[in-house]
Amino acid sequence: MDDEQLAALSAAVTVEDDVAFDGLHVTRTDDGYRFELPDLERGGLSEDELRRVARANPEHVSNWYFWHDVAPTEGSARFDFLRYLERVADHDAPTETRGHGGDATHGTTYEPTDVLDRYHALERGIERQWGQLLVTVELADDGYRRYEVRHVDDADADPDELDAHREVRDARDVAKFDEKGRYRPLKAAPTLVDGWRFTALTSAEVVSVVETIYPATIANWHREREGNLDVDHWEPTMARQSGIYGVVQTWNRGEGTEHVERVAETCCADSECLKRREWQYDEDTDLEADGGVGAFPCREPCSMVVSAARQWTKLEGEDAQTYEFELTPSEKEQLEAIVDTVADGDVDEVREADFRHDANRWRTRYLREKRMDDEGNLCGVPTDDE
Amino acid sequence: MQALVIVAHGSHLNPESSTPTYGHADTIRETAAFDEVREAFWKEEPHFREVLRTLESEEVYVVPLFISEGYFTEDVIPRELRLDDWDPDAWESDGTSATHVTLDAADVDKTVHYCGPVGTHDAMSDVIVRRAESVTGDPDVGDGFGLAVVGHGTKRNENSAKAVEYHADRIREMGRFEEVQALFMDEDPEVDDVTDFFESEDVVVVPLFVADGYHTQEDIPEDMGLTDDYRDGWETPAKVDGHYLWYAGAVGTEPLMADVVLERALDAGADVADAVEYVKEHTRDAAVTEA
Ligand code: SF4
Repeated sequence: MDDEQLAALSAAVTVEDDVAFDGLHVTRTDDGYRFELPDLERGGLSEDELRRVARANPEHVSNWYFWHDVAPTEGSARFDFLRYLERVADHDAPTETRGHGGDATHGTTYEPTDVLDRYHALERGIERQWGQLLVTVELADDGYRRYEVRHVDDADADPDELDAHREVRDARDVAKFDEKGRYRPLKAAPTLVDGWRFTALTSAEVVSVVETIYPATIANWHREREGNLDVDHWEPTMARQSGIYGVVQTWNRGEGTEHVERVAETCCADSECLKRREWQYDEDTDLEADGGVGAFPCREPCSMVVSAARQWTKLEGEDAQTYEFELTPSEKEQLEAIVDTVADGDVDEVREADFRHDANRWRTRYLREKRMDDEGNLCGVPTDDE
Repeated sequence: MQALVIVAHGSHLNPESSTPTYGHADTIRETAAFDEVREAFWKEEPHFREVLRTLESEEVYVVPLFISEGYFTEDVIPRELRLDDWDPDAWESDGTSATHVTLDAADVDKTVHYCGPVGTHDAMSDVIVRRAESVTGDPDVGDGFGLAVVGHGTKRNENSAKAVEYHADRIREMGRFEEVQALFMDEDPEVDDVTDFFESEDVVVVPLFVADGYHTQEDIPEDMGLTDDYRDGWETPAKVDGHYLWYAGAVGTEPLMADVVLERALDAGADVADAVEYVKEHTRDAAVTEA
């Protein structure tokens, strides 16, 4: 606690206004100041005496100061997110937003008035997971907070081994490419690279870093906690599309929701996207596909899903046909394994000499030599009867 | 509190499509003219749909980083931002004259000043000229030089051709270049025949596009004969049919674009006059250091 905080405290407490926050309660009457904590009561204090008592209880005073003068306004999304990072219990929050998403210390929270316990924990650092981010908040001098952000997979890494960043803007580059150097258009894809950390961030900066890596997640998480997340379901989202995307409206023909189940399984599973899908087919028709357990919600089909749906709408306009192919049982299984390997993104994991693997390149080249003709037709069977 | 939101197309495929947007936003952040500055995209995140809720400011200036009035500025952006009372007539525009309109967004409690696209602002003419200075490395370029402003034709969007002609006319009136010509990719006068339209030996070619991509980095260079294969690159200037063509690439990558964004917000009532001056000066230094 520093003198600025003390001065702020005595300035904040007047005959009209008291200070009441996280168990600290300071009032002023004609008899002087009154300083109360859950286990302490001092009344009839002069200004000097107030300062003395405050100095003896620096945690409560600096805690009040941080949450009133440093962190943004009470009730804002940023304020509540910073409280969440510090694991302050919020009994009004819906259970799914209290600490979800594979959080290692899921559920450990501190009652707001347990300032001393929370401060002890802050000495060592309090951690929270947000998607693939691990955010640690620590006490700096005089009860100010400092934040660190790194990849969850680097939880136990030696800090010196990680690329240290101070600039919030660097977070754009961290989030831009996956470890194979491929562009990441879907920010919540679980493909964030590791090996870096943002250090000594202020409360404003940590919010910016998180929002750069996972845009708009804090705002939507907060809306959900407040009970007013405005979910736009599949049907109205597709109905809204226009231009080249207008075609997706024709995919819903009142013939059930299997196609949307497939889209949700394909794109929104936790293996593909860490947002917790809250949108359904429409207001009255839930999807069976699992929405995932992410800390932050997804409130409408995203632009990637709309783009992919446009392609599927076109492809799914075709009728099925019967083809006759001649394959050995192993070749049939090999084709299935190739589909699996591509779908799971495991192509690069198949070793060049692993000839038992059905998706091995030489095995696949051999299959092409044997079963595909010069036009690339499987077993020489043309796609369309001419 | 006042916020600026730059809305741009972005891309699912091209990682650099949004780079100029971030660059201009960073320039404006440095002026501290706005309490908050955000980028939002059609194809990246935050999406148009979710950007307003990330702001704490009550006054929000939304500036589209698009070249012309059309489908995106009139349909997509207002719809996705939930500007329910929007009507294309609200801008009272002839196709290049939209300035701004003040509306509410349905999902947030904020006042949204929805501005016309950067591409049709008068200040854009200055950016085209600055681009010519940057590519030639000559702050006084003009004497003995022709200037071509290149855009899509009317096939894609009638207003896009109008914007190209609008700036070509304005720059011609400045009297700085020997000749100024508007050229198009898919109609006459075509960019393929660029050298037919100029007497001057040196011609600066500036595409009126917000970001570099397929059109500005592959199509136009090959069409003009700068190179047979864009992958091999080209010289600047490149000698074509006895002319020297100074090909500038997308005008939207020019740092002075940040000024047009600010001017749009200024016209809509934002308190940013000092920032406008700062950016005009600062981006010139930046362009010089880069060159
Ligand atoms: S629609 Fe699916 S893939 Fe897209 S952001 Fe939401 S959960 Fe993720």
